[in-house]
Amino acid sequence: MSSTTPFTLLANTSCLPLAEVTELPVADLVRRTAGELDRGARLCSWFGTPAPAGAVRLVAVLAFDADNTLAVARSEPFSGAYPSLTVTHAQAHLFEREVREQHGVTPEGHPWLKPVRRSRPEGDAPANGEFFRVDGREVHEVAVGPVHAGIIEPGHFRFQCAGEEVLHLEIALGYQHRGIERALAAGPHRATVAQMETIAGDTTIAHTTAYASILEALAGTEAPLRAQWLRAVALELERLANHTGDMGALANDVAFLPTSAACGKVRGDFLNITALVCGNRFGRALVRPGGVRHDLDADRLAKLGERLEAAMGEVTRATEWLWDAASVRARFENTGTVHATQAAEVGLVGPAARACGLVRDVRYDHPAGWHRFAQAPVAVWPGGDVFARARVRDLEIQRSGQFIREQLGSAPEGGVLDEIAPPAPGSIAVALTEGWRGEVCHVALTDANGRFASYKVTDPSFHNWTGLALALRGTAISDFPLCNKSFNLSYCGHDL
Amino acid sequence: MFVLDTLLHRLKRGCETMAYPDGPAPALPDRHGGALRLDAARCASGCTACVPVCPTTAITRPAGGAGATALDLGRCLFCSACVDVCPTQAVTKTGDHRMAVRTRGDLVLGGPGREQLRLAAALDEKLRRLLGRSLRLRQVSAGGCNACEADTNVLGTIGWDLGRFGIQFVASPRHADGVLITGPVSRNMELALKKTWEAVPGPKIAIAVGACAIAGGPFVDHPEVHHGADEVIPIDLYIPGCPPHPLTILDGLLRVIDRLGAAK
Repeated sequence: MSSTTPFTLLANTSCLPLAEVTELPVADLVRRTAGELDRGARLCSWFGTPAPAGAVRLVAVLAFDADNTLAVARSEPFSGAYPSLTVTHAQAHLFEREVREQHGVTPEGHPWLKPVRRSRPEGDAPANGEFFRVDGREVHEVAVGPVHAGIIEPGHFRFQCAGEEVLHLEIALGYQHRGIERALAAGPHRATVAQMETIAGDTTIAHTTAYASILEALAGTEAPLRAQWLRAVALELERLANHTGDMGALANDVAFLPTSAACGKVRGDFLNITALVCGNRFGRALVRPGGVRHDLDADRLAKLGERLEAAMGEVTRATEWLWDAASVRARFENTGTVHATQAAEVGLVGPAARACGLVRDVRYDHPAGWHRFAQAPVAVWPGGDVFARARVRDLEIQRSGQFIREQLGSAPEGGVLDEIAPPAPGSIAVALTEGWRGEVCHVALTDANGRFASYKVTDPSFHNWTGLALALRGTAISDFPLCNKSFNLSYCGHDL
Repeated sequence: MFVLDTLLHRLKRGCETMAYPDGPAPALPDRHGGALRLDAARCASGCTACVPVCPTTAITRPAGGAGATALDLGRCLFCSACVDVCPTQAVTKTGDHRMAVRTRGDLVLGGPGREQLRLAAALDEKLRRLLGRSLRLRQVSAGGCNACEADTNVLGTIGWDLGRFGIQFVASPRHADGVLITGPVSRNMELALKKTWEAVPGPKIAIAVGACAIAGGPFVDHPEVHHGADEVIPIDLYIPGCPPHPLTILDGLLRVIDRLGAAK
């Protein structure tokens, strides 16, 4: 199907001269994008980039998962308004709100044009905006946040309830906005790589790998193979730590404390394995454009293998207790269900999508870096409920563990860090990585001097927060913590 | 069936809480390096090799390499890029996990007698008596990336068991003796942080954890954020790192309530 598309095709982690990218009048771009989405493409990103004289161009990045290819197109410069894509394709809804907030162009017909982050420097609490309200007897509104109980990032949740039942949940984020994309204009700058590492601090490896891959693609090169190998290992360690933490948190929310206590500890063991590699539990200062800053000698490799086996043994036992407990299964099953059609419609990614039976995994669909040579099977479970999301995480823990085991024995030789050339001017580069929450998408457009004209970051949470809102419909409000934990989305990754 | 298995396994594992601070502190990862030390006297004349590699301009040397080098560990992300490029080993890793200080200026290294951090002293006797044997904290993430949050949260797990020191993170600021802040304080969180702080009954303390909360971290000079929490509320304890190792955070908390004993 992709052979007949008007879009310009490119592979994951590659670069094209901007002049080769299809340019369409904005109404045609919307219509053509809608056509491709109808034929099974997915919207990875949709954003504006400044054009001369205050005008804007829209850029669409699509994924044809079945064909293992990505596609880009852009609009001619325009200003004012354009016909909304959201009217027919809900997965564009947050992207179009974001474009309006950042560039002042209005998607006409968009049903809910609120700001996404209230990113004005003078500040204004996101909870102060307008919210969808349900009226009627027995209907009441519950407002939660931005400061929540526990040690957790801030966000505001507004529930419309009839008694215990949630009719509608609206999520207002933006509290964590730090201006990352704005600061990237005319970059890369000195602080850029540190900002990439902290877009979502628990997803350091995935975001920094995407960023490094962008710069390497723009330089017309790639990192040394051994660096790509080490990035792939570190990516799975990141997944293991976070998924293990999530299994513990899910257990905690249904008061099943043995698994909660054990997973809390084992999560730390996985973080410490990452610290064995680079000194930092979150993988800071490891991935750099051109490769990685640390190598593993034979001793360190052996130690890594030993610690991995010990931690895998513990997490396997701890999750077995959980699945054995009928009380846990009863709480997980049919709680917070997102149907597969809804998941596809709103464009869910990562474990949240795979728990709805959708086979979506960048490592498999769009392999780049070391994943061109080594892959883990995609973990999929049908159902779309808390049970399925926990199941997918548990399967991924096992598969990530197995992946690292296999890779430890097959490290390529050579260096780990090369100097790379400056970014090519007038180009576009796209890099996707499969972070533990799902697809991390970075897109860079360079100007005539090889500096960033635009740099777009799409964290998986940007796609998936809508999934959490859908999961709550018809669910008791008391199940919100459990549903929230089963998605465990990033606030700062969304807010940037 | 699973109940018996679970109990049996739990018994087999025994107590998994570390002996520290009564016993030795767990070792930091060897590549972590701990606190940095700056022997500015060793800097070669005219050398500014470390200055451009620092992502947050934590390390400075005025007058093109003629002045005295200064290293602000409040801004430092501990990437050790400066250590790697220093030709005279003026910047070195100490391997020391202890980094918490009471005043912002104590984080700035350089000059004679200022090669290393001046570690935090305990709260004054009167406040400690008021707190008694407990410290209840309300955590506020204000632009934090979830790494400082995660490594604060980990102190509640069985390995660290913060509860044994009487320290607990509470849901309501009304129940708290103070706040622990992460993140540079985004403009969008400023109001929520102020309200939370005001809701804590006095006397109260505020703790800034991580490079962001101390100085803005990687986002320093972004108009969307503050240069750390002390632009918004007064801070009593600064714990540097990106994120600080859990051991560094624990050391800071115990230091301020004078519960470290011999591990000081």
